[in-house]
Amino acid sequence: MDATKTDEREEAVATLGPFGSCPLPIFEHPQIVLGHGSGGKLSAELIEKIFVSRFRNSTLEKMDDQAVLEIGGARLAFTTDSFVVTPIFFPGGDIGTLAVNGTVNDLAMGGAKPLYLAAAFILEEGLPATELARVVDSMATAAQNAGVQLVTGDTKVVNRGKGDKVFITTTGIGVVDRGTQLSADLARPGDKILLSGFIGDHGITILSQRENLEFESTLESDCAALHGLVGAMLDAAAGAVEDFRVMRDPTRGGVATVLNEIAGRSRVGMVLRENEIPVRDSVRGACEMLGLDPLYVANEGKLVAIVAPEIADRVLAAMKRHPLGAESHIIGEVVQQPAGMVLMKTSVGGTRVVDVLFGEQLPRIC
Amino acid sequence: MCLAIPGKVVEIYSNEGLQMARVRFGGVTREACLDYVPETQLGDYVLVHVGFAISRVDEEEARRTYEALAELDQLGELEAPEVGEGSRSGS
Amino acid sequence: MKYLDEYRDGDIAAKLVERIKRAQTRPWVIMEVCGGQTHSIVKNGIDQLLPKGVELVHGPGCPVCVTPLEMIDKAHAVARRPEVIFCSFGDMLRVPGSDGDLFSIKSQGADVRVVYSPLDCLKIAQANPEKQVVFFAIGFETTAPANAMLAWQARRTGVKNVSLLVSHVLVPPAIEAVLSSPLNRVQGFLGPGHVCAVVGYTEYEPLAARFHVPIVVTGFEPLDILEGVLMVVEQLESGRAEVENQYSRVLARGGNHPARERIAKVFEVSDRKWRGVGMIPQSGLQLREEFRDLDAELRFNVQAIDTMEPAVCIAGQILQGIKKPHDCPAFGTACTPQHPLGATMVSAEGACAAYYAYGRHLKDADPAMIGANGNGRD
Repeated sequence: MDATKTDEREEAVATLGPFGSCPLPIFEHPQIVLGHGSGGKLSAELIEKIFVSRFRNSTLEKMDDQAVLEIGGARLAFTTDSFVVTPIFFPGGDIGTLAVNGTVNDLAMGGAKPLYLAAAFILEEGLPATELARVVDSMATAAQNAGVQLVTGDTKVVNRGKGDKVFITTTGIGVVDRGTQLSADLARPGDKILLSGFIGDHGITILSQRENLEFESTLESDCAALHGLVGAMLDAAAGAVEDFRVMRDPTRGGVATVLNEIAGRSRVGMVLRENEIPVRDSVRGACEMLGLDPLYVANEGKLVAIVAPEIADRVLAAMKRHPLGAESHIIGEVVQQPAGMVLMKTSVGGTRVVDVLFGEQLPRIC
Repeated sequence: MCLAIPGKVVEIYSNEGLQMARVRFGGVTREACLDYVPETQLGDYVLVHVGFAISRVDEEEARRTYEALAELDQLGELEAPEVGEGSRSGS
Repeated sequence: MKYLDEYRDGDIAAKLVERIKRAQTRPWVIMEVCGGQTHSIVKNGIDQLLPKGVELVHGPGCPVCVTPLEMIDKAHAVARRPEVIFCSFGDMLRVPGSDGDLFSIKSQGADVRVVYSPLDCLKIAQANPEKQVVFFAIGFETTAPANAMLAWQARRTGVKNVSLLVSHVLVPPAIEAVLSSPLNRVQGFLGPGHVCAVVGYTEYEPLAARFHVPIVVTGFEPLDILEGVLMVVEQLESGRAEVENQYSRVLARGGNHPARERIAKVFEVSDRKWRGVGMIPQSGLQLREEFRDLDAELRFNVQAIDTMEPAVCIAGQILQGIKKPHDCPAFGTACTPQHPLGATMVSAEGACAAYYAYGRHLKDADPAMIGANGNGRD
């Protein structure tokens, strides 16, 4: 590189103000891109700029996975979620089990006892009826196991090619009767971060079914309803329910995304320990092969909980006694600085930032 | 660049004139092309990059060099102890 | 996982760091060429473990971030065509061209697919005989055998609806460009382990001799990197300038002969433009005459696309190790992974992006304070 070019660049850089001009403004998207659905920064931007800005209210602005509403003296949790997974059948479950358990979990993360579901189906012309029946059978079983009733629903059919076999939107309602106050903005320095088990099972299972990335494994989705585990955890905290700060299920975007959201809303930092985070061999193998980080891979049967240090050990013990929490660990602590950032002590003794992804995590060769 | 990881060859076969293998990485198995390491045997470890084995792991060399590394641990104890807190101390 | 986990042992890492401290008596500047090594260093926090006198600077070893803007524009032009199924490694999907990235092209209706292996393109081509499958063949020498095999197999099995958009780059000319710069500060190198597994390291010997720099061909796991640094520091301290092989469990001096032969049959060396650095002669690969009919640039007539690079970032100096990401006033403010101004931020492997993702806390926070609860130090 010759000296004149260097000077030009330095000059150009020197004239950049803090909001410099970018020749490649790729975040102003005139169209929705896949990254908007990944749960990362793009998603957050979409939600903030297009949705929240138009529906301002204090409940919505908390941006928890459920809304806890006071109605006639009762506290009700209310949530909705859509399921668009491809393929619709995968080892460990299908789009139906996801739809029921996913919504039950969103309610449970608010401390609610899940009661009722509504489900709306968008069916693609040409979907075999037997496949639909199979999906709905799964939903019925999952609902029964979770102790919830499907009380109302809707179906629509769209032309072939306009909907990927089936899309399901579920809405759920539950009652919060334990005096819990759980929200992403309640984490405090000194709190412990608990994780209920192996991460990455669901996302890697789905990836293993996709052509161009397929590989063989005995891995299954961890799809499960978590309200029983949550109940056991809240029982263990009985008498100190205010020491229970936040609970989230790390679905798309994984543990990293959820912890960053909490760190941001609570204006705290977090320090994780890589050696404490459980990952199955098959998930590790797939992630190493594709260059993926398990911290960003979706889970459908796991939760992270942030609790005061005084109750951490007994909550952890209760988790480990529950079949869905056998591999629970304390994976880190909440700290004061650096606020809004999640850091991790690596297995070799260094420290790294666990950032939020921009869009989807992609396999890499680099 | 060059994300390549070692895996164990668990099956060898031919497909469309190419020497292929099923290679196991931890708990997952994927197909990889062996044409560039034709001397590979079942049970060998190969380094796989974008679906191609680009080299075989020399297990004897790996053992030898790893033992040298692990020995650093023991040698360290024979030498005079370092003053200071460890990796954060100024140097 | 065997041959992986052992090389992440924290106790051995600490011992290697101690060895480096004992060996080092003067400050040294070492460059790791490979983006994957940069990734490993920043992701594992290795640069913080090293004594202050050993400075790691990150080189141009990321084929994604050095792919010139005009090549991205050519890729977009091809991907937009309705008859094309455009296949690429995941790395390339978010690299911005003059007008969006492959994701936005996809959102406008293009058929863009991520593949793990170039051979997957053959399956896609066979499954879609009425379409044209184009593969974005990027990479250093490591990926050349795989990309060569796509061309070779396509020819051998008579699959006609496949072509390659080639943007291959070579490492030794990049190292030479770094060392030849009057602003160069680099005194030793961690050589690219997987590139050398393919092509060997004979080409690095004349470089080491001519510029009197030690080059230690190094692997990617934390212990590999630390051992590589130790070997470079030991050479620097004793005034030696040789090529050594730290990654001996996987490579030998001559590299992989069948792979080198196949590369030579399919590709030939050519001049290449590098994003942020400019034209480096004889620094890339293109398809040989006999395989030119598989060249997507010719098949889709996009050779004429010629884009001006924006002059606003110092990526060139970062790629050459002259500046660090933190030296750039735009780093983390005007220039972020979502809003990249230049080469080193566009790809997850680029030095700036790696720092942003894994290490940016270091500029603002005192590492000793990390983990403090506001009650004083731990």
